[in-house]
Amino acid sequence: MKPERTAWRRPAGLTAFAAGVALVGLLVRNPYYLNVAIFVGIHALVAVGLGLLVGWAGQISLGHAGFYGLGAYASAILTTRFGLNPWLALLLGAAATGLVAFLVGKPTLRLHGHYLAMATLGLGLIIQIVFNQADRWTEGPSGITAIPYLYLAGLPLNTDSRFYFLVWPLVLVALILAGNLTDSRMGRALRALGQDEGAAAAAGVDVARAKLGVFILSAVFASIAGSLYAHYLTYVSPSPFGFTFSIQLVVMVIVGGAASVWGPLAGAALLTVLHQVLANAAHQWAFLDGLEVVAYGVILVLFLIFRPQGLVAGRRAPRALRLTRPA
Amino acid sequence: MDGSGLPQFIATGITQGAIYALVAVGFNLVYSATGIINFAQGEFVMLGGMFAVTCYSMLHLPLALAVVLPIAAVMLVGAGVHYFTIRPLRRAHLLTLIMVTVGVSVALRGLAKVVWGADAYPLPPFSAGESLSLAGANINPQSLWVMACAAATGAALTLFLRCTLQGRAMVACALNRRAAQLVGIRVERMHMWAFALAGGVGAIAGSVLAPIALPSYDVGLALALKGFCAAVLGGIGSNAGALLGGVLVGLLESLGAGYVSSGYKDAFAFFVLLLVLLLRPSGLLNVPTRREER
Repeated sequence: MKPERTAWRRPAGLTAFAAGVALVGLLVRNPYYLNVAIFVGIHALVAVGLGLLVGWAGQISLGHAGFYGLGAYASAILTTRFGLNPWLALLLGAAATGLVAFLVGKPTLRLHGHYLAMATLGLGLIIQIVFNQADRWTEGPSGITAIPYLYLAGLPLNTDSRFYFLVWPLVLVALILAGNLTDSRMGRALRALGQDEGAAAAAGVDVARAKLGVFILSAVFASIAGSLYAHYLTYVSPSPFGFTFSIQLVVMVIVGGAASVWGPLAGAALLTVLHQVLANAAHQWAFLDGLEVVAYGVILVLFLIFRPQGLVAGRRAPRALRLTRPA
Repeated sequence: MDGSGLPQFIATGITQGAIYALVAVGFNLVYSATGIINFAQGEFVMLGGMFAVTCYSMLHLPLALAVVLPIAAVMLVGAGVHYFTIRPLRRAHLLTLIMVTVGVSVALRGLAKVVWGADAYPLPPFSAGESLSLAGANINPQSLWVMACAAATGAALTLFLRCTLQGRAMVACALNRRAAQLVGIRVERMHMWAFALAGGVGAIAGSVLAPIALPSYDVGLALALKGFCAAVLGGIGSNAGALLGGVLVGLLESLGAGYVSSGYKDAFAFFVLLLVLLLRPSGLLNVPTRREER
């Protein structure tokens, strides 16, 4: 592992990426394309966090839509009911979501095996049921409307292009954070842990603690993305925060490549655009209706069989973490 | 005529619980042979129900045949799932395999929607007759069928695993894959059988449930999740645990819906799942957690 040899790649890549983002934001005027781009960005925020968990801690969460929903509902309720500043609501939502992740992750990550997957599955389902049922707070299935816009330097982020320039810089920040994390002490601990848990523990890595840290971080990313979603649409209802979306997030990470920082971003872009394309196609040709879901399943299985490392194979990831084991 | 109160809640809970137990038994079969949590188990149940109603109302087969044929059909589906998606990945990480079953389940659900549409289809009860009145609860004959099938399937599988060469070979694969291979057991073939049997058990659950709750393409997910709760509650890998866990989850749901809140009915099972994972991950019957060997 020689980080210094590839260290220049990331700043160069990130600069090119930032330039690309700015170009798209300035040149694209079609509101539909901007809308899709904003959703790619929001999904990418969740996927980058989840990618850290899958790729580096070797754990999976089947309830990330729940964390995303917690952020969205925290923002919605705190701003419409209590008139809180949206930015403060976003932070409070992220803190609360982190706390929930801590409470669930602390006991389950001590255990070997895939207990976190099971626990997050249950948690995600409970969260959605609460959104539907606690109608004193959440307005039930009809959802919360009239969520205020975010303001940045006195400017309301009420147009697609303004919101675009909030979301994508945040994606950039998330990518930098994720990249730095993998280069940090914690990242090295996680990498060691992925190769051999026993050896890592013997070398002084607190395995459970490292995994818990990544899990909480990924939940916080999801929560922030959820808050952005709420302020972008100014409306939330329970249906987008269910098991299906949790699965879609996992598909984004795996199809994109969990072992690479860029992978989840690629996955989020591909899946979000594919979703739009398939929905449009199904709109035009009725016989395609329903096949969209089949396509998700088939894409996931084909990727796992033929390209388990995803679209962007991580250069720096140990083999064991590419979701496959050496033969 | 409609019973209410505690006895009725208990009767409803046990009936529903028997279905969850059957789903949990299916999870156990695959889990104990391969270590995989098969997310497609609920889809096996859905396919069983859909095949049964198709055989009965579209192909006009006699009811008995319409119930038995799907079992063979879904066993084939199970074996196919293993052959085409699990077997090519036999060297892959467990997490990959679990994700594959998630993909298979999504694809099967989507296909079912394309083939059968979004409607629910009826199937007549297996035997006609009045509902039985027992201590103030009305139990319809189909409920008895459900309970009998769950008990019989659990018992038959336990016998199969303990007393037949095939069954013991399957247990051997679960205990130590390499040692099993060394004594000449074809591990891959055993895994295929585990998937096929899980399909068969799923189909039994699906067709016996069909007269009570009409099957539609999307019933699988909820059943899989509840059955999964049941399996974890009882101790994943143990069939006695599956029956116990299933009935407990069913009772909890029915009593919770009756006395606490019907809106949160579905949350109870998942809440118990969380509690079990946090407090006693080996389940009520204290099944040792499986050693990860791959």
